[in-house]
Amino acid sequence: MPILHDMQETFGYIPDAAVVMIAEALNLSRAEVHGTVTFYHDFRKEVPGRRILKVCRAESCQAAGGDAIADRMEKRLGVELGGTTTDRRVTVEAVYCLGLCHSSPAAMLDDKVYAALDEEKADALCAEAER
Amino acid sequence: MSTRIFISRDAGALALGAEEVARKLAEKCEEKGLDVEIVRPGSRGMFWLEPLVEVERPEGRIGYGPVQAGDVDGLFDANFLEGGDHEKSLGLVEEIPFFKSQTRLTFARVGIVDPRSIEDYKATGGYEGLKKAIDMGPEAIVEEVTKSGLRGRGGAGFPTGIKWRTVNQASAPQKYIVCNADEGDSGTFADRMLMEGDPFMLIEGMTIAGIAVGATKGYIYIRSEYPHAIVAMNAAIEKAREEGTLGDNILGSPYSYDMEVRVGAGAYVCGEETSLLDSLEGKRGEVRAKPPLPAHIGLFGKPTVINNVLSLGAVPHILADGAEYYQEFGEGKSRGTLPIQLAGNIKYGGVYETAFGVSLGDLVNEIGGGTRSGRPVRAVQVGGPLGAYFPPSLFDTPFGYEEFAAKDGLIGHGGVVVFDDTVDMAKMARFAMEFCAIESCGKCTPCRIGSSRGMELMDKIVANDERAANLIVLEDLCNTMKFGSLCALGGFTPYPVMSALTHFPEDFGADPERLEAAE
Repeated sequence: MPILHDMQETFGYIPDAAVVMIAEALNLSRAEVHGTVTFYHDFRKEVPGRRILKVCRAESCQAAGGDAIADRMEKRLGVELGGTTTDRRVTVEAVYCLGLCHSSPAAMLDDKVYAALDEEKADALCAEAER
Repeated sequence: MSTRIFISRDAGALALGAEEVARKLAEKCEEKGLDVEIVRPGSRGMFWLEPLVEVERPEGRIGYGPVQAGDVDGLFDANFLEGGDHEKSLGLVEEIPFFKSQTRLTFARVGIVDPRSIEDYKATGGYEGLKKAIDMGPEAIVEEVTKSGLRGRGGAGFPTGIKWRTVNQASAPQKYIVCNADEGDSGTFADRMLMEGDPFMLIEGMTIAGIAVGATKGYIYIRSEYPHAIVAMNAAIEKAREEGTLGDNILGSPYSYDMEVRVGAGAYVCGEETSLLDSLEGKRGEVRAKPPLPAHIGLFGKPTVINNVLSLGAVPHILADGAEYYQEFGEGKSRGTLPIQLAGNIKYGGVYETAFGVSLGDLVNEIGGGTRSGRPVRAVQVGGPLGAYFPPSLFDTPFGYEEFAAKDGLIGHGGVVVFDDTVDMAKMARFAMEFCAIESCGKCTPCRIGSSRGMELMDKIVANDERAANLIVLEDLCNTMKFGSLCALGGFTPYPVMSALTHFPEDFGADPERLEAAE
């Protein structure tokens, strides 16, 4: 797992070629490495956008108007959760809980967190992501 | 002496703009040539007041909040360094009722000390528990923890002392301590706050566990959604090694123990202990069948203590002040305190540590102040995505493991998510199934297939497609998942679904008579 995390940090995703190399280095089968890579939501198989926006979709954020905020951000960026904008600037992902439920709804842009999102803050966050 | 100002570095406070406030304050102080030290502690847990700025005065810390970067000039105009009055003044922070009425044992230091400073930790009673533990020896530690009545705070509520005894008695060349910091439940954030606000206490708790069971190596598995907690724990581990409280011959004793951080990768199911162990081993995070228990065959096949952050975090206190002191709090079989997390559509969101026994209604309406939207509370989900939805008619239920179980609910990790009257409970029930389908590890059929069928059933019920018949099928499916799943993900998903159906049948368009017959 630490190897996969490092790999993703460097390349933004886990290239297929890397799976073969990791398997050889750790004396595992390709299937085992592939299995681990595909099990976890974090590991991407494709190149993501330049910035990654994670929008919380769990219960607490839903209770605090997160549905409307997520819809608004999807529309504004012109991309659905799980997709990347056509200009490859932003990848938007759903995440199930950022642990900021005291101030829902929450989102994370790369490693920076945002909470208590309202329409204004959501728009500003989208603008920041697109910058 | 310089004046000390406190601005939280907790992710929750940062998400609300604390970094910008801290930067602005530092700039202003430099510009004015003031002798000020800015300390970055964890959060007090009163998030409606974050970013909270506290100034140390002879009478105590005076708070201002919520402060935005734009308010900083005004604070200086109001002479806040002398405790001057401002529209954001809160007075003495420790006198705020939400804070004052708590019983903070596990969270005693969070929001108060600098989490990067081992000196602060020692000055506030840190490592007292460890010193006592070293003098007592393994058997007596296990006995003390058993006597305290501490139960697993991750959700299952298994007595921690019994778990430790099992590992203590197992003979193996290598044993492990694993801390489960994969806090994936929506509505919970106490683990995150503790790791960010008082990481040394968690390290101390794990070290004591290591001594108690004879383990020399520990891992803390933190979810990747918590980058700030990862940084905090790594920094603290580094410091503890330098200080000799981790490593060989801890504090000059014959005991050795070291630990490292491992980062998860976004799988909710890895919060389940056996799946977490597989993940630590670098495999797919699939749930293992039990038995064998992790206490016998755990990480890398060795006897392993696996405990939640809050369980291990309670240990130093239990050792330092004694089991009897700890178990005086609480009632029935739920002893000690629980950091309860108030979340969702709530006015005063944050962490509230108190003895077991407080009623759900008091928590939501009195302490939490009702909904943030100002609308009536309609439902409360306690215990994360796998916890039951409770209507206001059950608000007299006291917080406790057995008390909630008696009402077909669970307290889980102590998260309370509040919903107002705009919530569609049929949608929430469908979401519970959807979440289970997304997060299922795929090992057992009731969970893997059942959750997908559950989503389809919910769609049919909402669309009034043979509703009466499908409600019976749904109930049957829930029973299959509850009793047939390997772990709590599949096994507990029926809780939110069935509780929504039982308490809010009108949202399902259910014919009450038919529903009765189904039961």
